[in-house]
Amino acid sequence: MSTRTIQGQKNLQNINQASKDGIGGSPLRPDGNLKVKGEFAYSSDMWHEDMLWGMALRSPHPRANILSVDISEALKVPGVYAVLTHEDIPGSKYYGLEIQDQPALAIDKIRYHGEAIALVAADHPETARRAVKKIKVEYEVLTPIVTEEQCLDPETYGYVHEPHEYKSHAYGNICHEQKLVSGLGVTDEVRAMADVIVSGDYEVGMQDQAFLGPESGLAVPAEDGGIDLYIATQWLHVDREQMAPVLDLPEEKVRLTLAGVGGAFGGREDISMQIHACLLAQHTGKPVKIVYSRDESFYGHVHRHPARMHYEHGATRDGKLVFADCRIVLDGGAYASASPAVVGNAASLGHGPYVIPNVKMHAIALYSNNPSCGAMRGFGAVQAAFGYESQMDKLAAELGMDPVELRQLNAMSEGDFMPTGQRIDSPAPVAELLRRAKEMPLPPPLDTEHLDVRALPGALSNTSHGEGIVRGVGYSVGIKNVGFSEGFDDYSTARVRLEVIGGEPVAMVHTAMAEVGQGGVTVHAQIARTELGVEQVTIHPANTEVGSAGSTSASRQTYMTGGAVKLAAEAVRRALIEKGRRRYGWTHQDITLSGGKVVSESAGVLVPMVDLLGDEAIDLTREHHHRPTQAFDKETGQGFGHVQYTFCANRAVVDVDVELGLVKVVELTAVQDVGKALNPLSVVGQIQGGCTQALGLAVMEEIIVRDGKVRNASFTDYLIPTILDTPPIPVDVLELPDPHAPYGLRGVGEAPTVSATPSIVAAIRNATGLALNRIPVRPEHLTTEQPG
Amino acid sequence: MRVTFTANGKPVEADDVWEGESLLYVLRERVGLPGSKNACEQGECGSCTVYLDGVPVCSCLVAAGQVQDREVRTVEGLAEENGELGLVQQAFVDAGAVQCGFCTPGLLVQTDALLERDAQPSDNDIREALSGNLCRCTGYEKIMDAVRLASARKCAGEAST
Ligand code: FES
Ligand code: FES
Repeated sequence: MSTRTIQGQKNLQNINQASKDGIGGSPLRPDGNLKVKGEFAYSSDMWHEDMLWGMALRSPHPRANILSVDISEALKVPGVYAVLTHEDIPGSKYYGLEIQDQPALAIDKIRYHGEAIALVAADHPETARRAVKKIKVEYEVLTPIVTEEQCLDPETYGYVHEPHEYKSHAYGNICHEQKLVSGLGVTDEVRAMADVIVSGDYEVGMQDQAFLGPESGLAVPAEDGGIDLYIATQWLHVDREQMAPVLDLPEEKVRLTLAGVGGAFGGREDISMQIHACLLAQHTGKPVKIVYSRDESFYGHVHRHPARMHYEHGATRDGKLVFADCRIVLDGGAYASASPAVVGNAASLGHGPYVIPNVKMHAIALYSNNPSCGAMRGFGAVQAAFGYESQMDKLAAELGMDPVELRQLNAMSEGDFMPTGQRIDSPAPVAELLRRAKEMPLPPPLDTEHLDVRALPGALSNTSHGEGIVRGVGYSVGIKNVGFSEGFDDYSTARVRLEVIGGEPVAMVHTAMAEVGQGGVTVHAQIARTELGVEQVTIHPANTEVGSAGSTSASRQTYMTGGAVKLAAEAVRRALIEKGRRRYGWTHQDITLSGGKVVSESAGVLVPMVDLLGDEAIDLTREHHHRPTQAFDKETGQGFGHVQYTFCANRAVVDVDVELGLVKVVELTAVQDVGKALNPLSVVGQIQGGCTQALGLAVMEEIIVRDGKVRNASFTDYLIPTILDTPPIPVDVLELPDPHAPYGLRGVGEAPTVSATPSIVAAIRNATGLALNRIPVRPEHLTTEQPG
Repeated sequence: MRVTFTANGKPVEADDVWEGESLLYVLRERVGLPGSKNACEQGECGSCTVYLDGVPVCSCLVAAGQVQDREVRTVEGLAEENGELGLVQQAFVDAGAVQCGFCTPGLLVQTDALLERDAQPSDNDIREALSGNLCRCTGYEKIMDAVRLASARKCAGEAST
């Protein structure tokens, strides 16, 4: 088996990029040429000469007892090699990111619509589909537990999981809970200190990551009894950690290699088809490929938590915030996934980037029979931002103040304290970001003389010719943490090798970082070039042969794995210079590497690196840990919980057709502090992409779940912004270095997704005068809702 | 059944094709051209766009049998003969319009077709032409830049020849 070829393992190997661009430059992606030629091998492109196709049978019910499963007819279909149920699992039957509460295949119970019950391996996807249809399952269908009221009354409606079945199961159907109190909390006395109080109930629908590359991968059984998996994921090592016990293999026999990833946005942080493909490969002894269809993708990964929130803010007559009282209820769905961490973020970031002397917060995640929710770009901070930013606009209106001025008046800055008691010890230019967003030139007014209907709300549908259109402008700002929080020992590993190849010094960077499209591979090469003074850098394919890189999420990869590459490259540089000192007896204190040479700033070129290296390679591995954080106190929410904060401000300009209820975002400006832009082109691309997902949440994206059933599992019915829906996104980037971060950088990818949604809703409110307390804003809200 | 057609100028044939198979499946799984992508297989995302007899189509919506004796051109066929990137491909790389790149093959074919029809499209023309191609990563700004860049290079190239 080991002699056979697996197509698609050359995505990054041997790509030598001859570019002088180090950090701060914008060299092109090392994988860009392959991608535009159609030669880059994504996980769904993996191919093996005698591979089988795997497929899952999924439950049509959100809650049921499984009375029996009969696979006999399915096994008779010609071309079928295996049909498996939970009984065929060799090891542990459960897995999970934080709580091991999810069965790899349903056992006796169904907890959500689309839960996998059985697996088929067959010689053609159509054979597998037909066999799946022949599996007979007898269900006792139960009434699903789906609303907040039902979840919170288990005596009446029942439990999604039996009480205290899992370790951090808080109580009843509450998966996780975090409270926070700061200052005097919110008491009658504190309320009395405010001249004005505004309150509101806000709701956020269930958003999907909707990455384009479907969940897919190829599992190949190996001769040593282990398994090789080629997979699109966000974190190779955490997948392996969850997989090995289920497959009943030691971790070193579960080898993962990153296959090309077609976007992730949090949706690949959990296991999807990894275990299923490996189980089928174990049972058949053959390579098995699984590729989700789009509807299966909607069932097969976790989504953004829908939220119901109550906010109350009090302020003095001149606009100073006095208190904030908030309750955030997140629907976590059937399994925990990342819910505990999402709750921690919502609670600790749920007041926004504002100084508020007295705060009370209660955030919970529920277990329900709705689809599971977990990580998505913005992670708990997105939902809250819609709440607190809506409140800021409401408060400004109540006080007769300009909404930007009100925000600036209360904006936090360096040296201020978070409601968690954590002092902000790096720049926090919140007021400045808002100022810049406001001062950017506005787009020209709608040109009614030379109307191009394609630029109007409704666009190509030719629904109107400009009558009934009103324009509005809205602002927002948000806060997001970077990296893993609450005491998690977040780290990344990098191996850097320096050697002479073809008469030139070449650096190789090897990490387990999942490149999901964000451009980490480009930045790693830039860092190696900068630290080692070489031009040629090779990126080794990401796999589990090197230590964990942690997840490509939480805006952490450039900070964490970039930091590890920097450490390893610095160690290689020191080793090389030391070698020179030993050989040549240099005494200079100012030796560095530049242009392929060892140089002294005072004495000039000492020796070409090629001569010093000879045929020896320097190959070193380093780990980068960020400074330790603390768990939040359960009751008070106090603690140094987050390692870094990042801020983005937005201005949205919208045209609303008030007769048709259609919105066209005309422009969406973003101003963000990135600490240091290691690759400005990628930074701007990340910010624009983040803004567009926020636009989707504001006006169109929602998984519709009724009675626990998903009603729109397709791109026909779940709408993501097209190029017609997306406006120009001018980006202004600030670079105020964070003294605690490598190169002073700040995580970039999530902040705009947190902040941009409320600006769009604010602009629609500005245009229409409607209250709009629920996102996504739908046409019916615009045509029937009452003014706010 | 057996299906024979021309892919990127070369004759190809696929055996044992099941009647329900799409052109996309045949290209990706049978004839070794996985460049066209499978993001929805429902005609909604444009990732699978290829030329069929010179017209851009969603290959996931074309039954394999329909391409018998016809000409298909995929993203793999957009490069120059010597393997260098084609004009539209180069513009996408240069403008930073490629992130995860899953949407890219479809966008390249659709952009190529647009610039063949109209070498100097307005922004609204570009948006209209690419409105059937979803991209989840870029926010489309860099894609607009790439098309404008390709258009400018194409016009400059035409002016100089
Ligand atoms: S895969 Fe064909 S349009 Fe989406
Ligand atoms: S670059 Fe990822 S979908 Fe477009």
